Amino acid sequence: VNLPSVLSPESPQAQAVLSLFWLILAIAGFIFLTVTGLVITNIVRFRRREPIAGHPRQFVGDVRLEIIWTVVPLLIVTGLFLVAIHAMRTIQPPVQGRQPDLEVTAHQWWWEGHYPASGVVTANEFHLPIQQTLLLRFRSGDVIHDWWVPQLGRKIDIFPNRFTHLWMKIEKAGTYLGTCDEFCGSEHAWMRIRVVAESPADHEAWLARQKQPAAPPATAEAGQGAGIFLSHTCVSCHTVAGMSTGTVGPNLTHVGSRQTLAAGALENNARNAARWVQDAQSIKPDCHMPSMWLSDEEAQQVAAYLEGLK
Amino acid sequence: VRERTPAGRGPRTLGSIPEYRGLLSWISSVDHKQIGLMYLATGLVFFLAAATLAMMMRTQLIRPENHWLPPHTYNEIFTMHGTTMIFLVAMPILIGFAMYLVPLMIGARDMAFPRLNALGYWLFFFSGLMLFFSFFARSSPAAGWFAYAPLTEKTWSPSQGMDYWALALLANGAGTVMAGVNLIVTIVKLRVPGMSIRRAPLFIWMVLINGILIVLALPALNAALVMLLADRQLHALFFEPRGGASALLWQNYFWFFGHPEVYILVLPAFGIISEVIPVFARKIIYGYAFLAASTVAIGFLSFAVWIHHMFATGLGFPVYYVFAAASMLIAVPTGVKIFNWIATMWGGSLHFTTSMLFATAFLIQFTVGGLSGVAFAAVPFDWQVTDSYFVVAHLHYVLFGGTMFAIFAGFYYWFPKMTGRRLSERLGRLHFWLAVVGFNTTFFGMHILGLLGMPRRVFTYLPLPHYAELNLISTLGAYVLFISILIFFVNMVVSLRRGEPAGDNPWYAWTLEWATASPPAPDNFERVPPVRSRRPLWDLEHPDDPDWRRELEAAGRQT
Repeated sequence: VNLPSVLSPESPQAQAVLSLFWLILAIAGFIFLTVTGLVITNIVRFRRREPIAGHPRQFVGDVRLEIIWTVVPLLIVTGLFLVAIHAMRTIQPPVQGRQPDLEVTAHQWWWEGHYPASGVVTANEFHLPIQQTLLLRFRSGDVIHDWWVPQLGRKIDIFPNRFTHLWMKIEKAGTYLGTCDEFCGSEHAWMRIRVVAESPADHEAWLARQKQPAAPPATAEAGQGAGIFLSHTCVSCHTVAGMSTGTVGPNLTHVGSRQTLAAGALENNARNAARWVQDAQSIKPDCHMPSMWLSDEEAQQVAAYLEGLK
Repeated sequence: VRERTPAGRGPRTLGSIPEYRGLLSWISSVDHKQIGLMYLATGLVFFLAAATLAMMMRTQLIRPENHWLPPHTYNEIFTMHGTTMIFLVAMPILIGFAMYLVPLMIGARDMAFPRLNALGYWLFFFSGLMLFFSFFARSSPAAGWFAYAPLTEKTWSPSQGMDYWALALLANGAGTVMAGVNLIVTIVKLRVPGMSIRRAPLFIWMVLINGILIVLALPALNAALVMLLADRQLHALFFEPRGGASALLWQNYFWFFGHPEVYILVLPAFGIISEVIPVFARKIIYGYAFLAASTVAIGFLSFAVWIHHMFATGLGFPVYYVFAAASMLIAVPTGVKIFNWIATMWGGSLHFTTSMLFATAFLIQFTVGGLSGVAFAAVPFDWQVTDSYFVVAHLHYVLFGGTMFAIFAGFYYWFPKMTGRRLSERLGRLHFWLAVVGFNTTFFGMHILGLLGMPRRVFTYLPLPHYAELNLISTLGAYVLFISILIFFVNMVVSLRRGEPAGDNPWYAWTLEWATASPPAPDNFERVPPVRSRRPLWDLEHPDDPDWRRELEAAGRQT
């Protein structure tokens, strides 16, 4: 897992922003040093320690100097504006009717992903192929959210009633962290994104696995868990392909194959899954998943079932 | 110049003015000085409250995955912190300075509309009480100070917090508009004969433009608040996308108000700096005309930049070109001011009183905030770091390192005039150095946190590399900053009772407010000195080298 840093881009889009940033930093650094240098020179040369009395020569200004320090900054910002426009066009060319490779729906406080070409549905963790220019399309199921995976490019706001888009071409395989970046309510902090970038072949294999129906319970414990899952209200919100069709919460058909639970709040393992189904509200207060108040044994059985859904 | 402060009967203070005795004289007052002081005092009380909220936030963020504050409580706290600092601290304190100083600086007896002035103050006062009452009602607003719809709609914020928020800001906004109208009319109509607008102190210029910004910008917020209340209480459909409304509409209203608001919070601060620096450099302000004209330019441009808060919303490129260009342009008149203040210091005799120390730190810190602001005008950079901790760093460099530092400079400068006593310089220096160290330690690292991908408005964060250290440093800096603020309050309380008596004009300053007693009598002036230039008191002291001659010569050279 990489640090989600703007300074270590892994896509041409993020690289374009970083190059712009270095330019801005150089200009800003120069201006900052000029201003600070002048202020310090003032302090050193003109400081007086005696009581206020007497006065230095009074002068009201110099129009030529004023024009210089109006025009020079004007030229600087004009240049910066042109560079910025150029970068905008590189990062966000028009969509022009192209179909998205991934459709993301943001919810309070999790992410739903849909791959239109294969029909695969996933949550919070998005597998994408490297070295391909991808178009992502976003829409919100409730309030305004924002997609931000700093190493892979720009962020984009997500609205309930209009689509937004972004382009990315991932250079290198790896896991990239991101987050919701527009305040969206109580659990805004735990609305994390993971992008798993892999070679096109690995990606095809992953898609093929995700298209499989849910794995049947492999152990007696998991079988018990499947029974509990079916007999409780789990099914009204969650889909497990072949068993249930709820769409309020994340699709769990392959939940066992994911790295985290609860949009990045927990590492995905049997112990955490048991805690989560038992008392989600204490782990992620105000989230839309109720605490199910199962016994420890029941919770472990459900966890065994879910972890088996690879 | 004759001292008007009578000697021998103990120092002149607020308590020695018969008209100002008793609580009723303050509650029922229409005197601009009492109202100004009440604005300042009330603003400071809310400042202490908002600073305490900030300490709670930084304590929660002291280490990753901390569980001290529940998420919803944290969200209430950052919402209240931002709303309070903007609407109940920075704006009222700056308006308080304006209410107190404008009539004195222009040689008037009071504001143009004294009763409207009182109404404006009391609307502000009760709006603050209403906002904070939400804590006792156990339902505070929790959608951030810019309160994006549809999160603020009843579906997503079912508690009464948003109703308290909207009603409080509506009352507050009405009061602020009244203050704006009053300031404009007072400055336009009540200047003493001789004080043409070109001879008005720069503080007056800044307050005048500020008044215009208030009158044009606040109504957009007030209208949006009425719509939000209609949505929440009457099931109207202004901002509810599920009824077919636009989720972006609120953002347009809000930032049409919100960006001029930034300048409403900054222009009076520029005014304070433009008064403080010349006096402690013992020089006339450099480039008066450029400082005034650049303020007018900022006033115009501030209404053409609001979309830069919405660069990440996926609007069309032509919109972005226009607003990016305007956002870049507005840096130019602001930069002109910085260079003029530096040029005013150049060749002067600099006296680093506490007030001047704060003004000097303002120059550098505000420059940092201004430069990161220009960075946001470069649209693709905004696409990366908007809504991250980089923004938190940027806005605090502008509003704390800038506005609040100017406010501190203003308090150390005018406290003697307002109360008849000076603030302690010894405590003042301690306040200053702890504030500089605390402020920069708190906020500089946030630039880096933003670049490392930390979003703003999160109650906790992952233990990623560098996150824990940078947040810990920031929290420790915040504690130092808080201590500096407490020292400032101690200084005020102690100096109010035991400060060194000030006399009329402790700083040998040149504008009209120093040509009367400290504190001034209820009717302000016994006699207003003649105004023939921008520095009437200089002309009185230096009849051999008056400013009006210098100004005539300068005008002659240019024509």
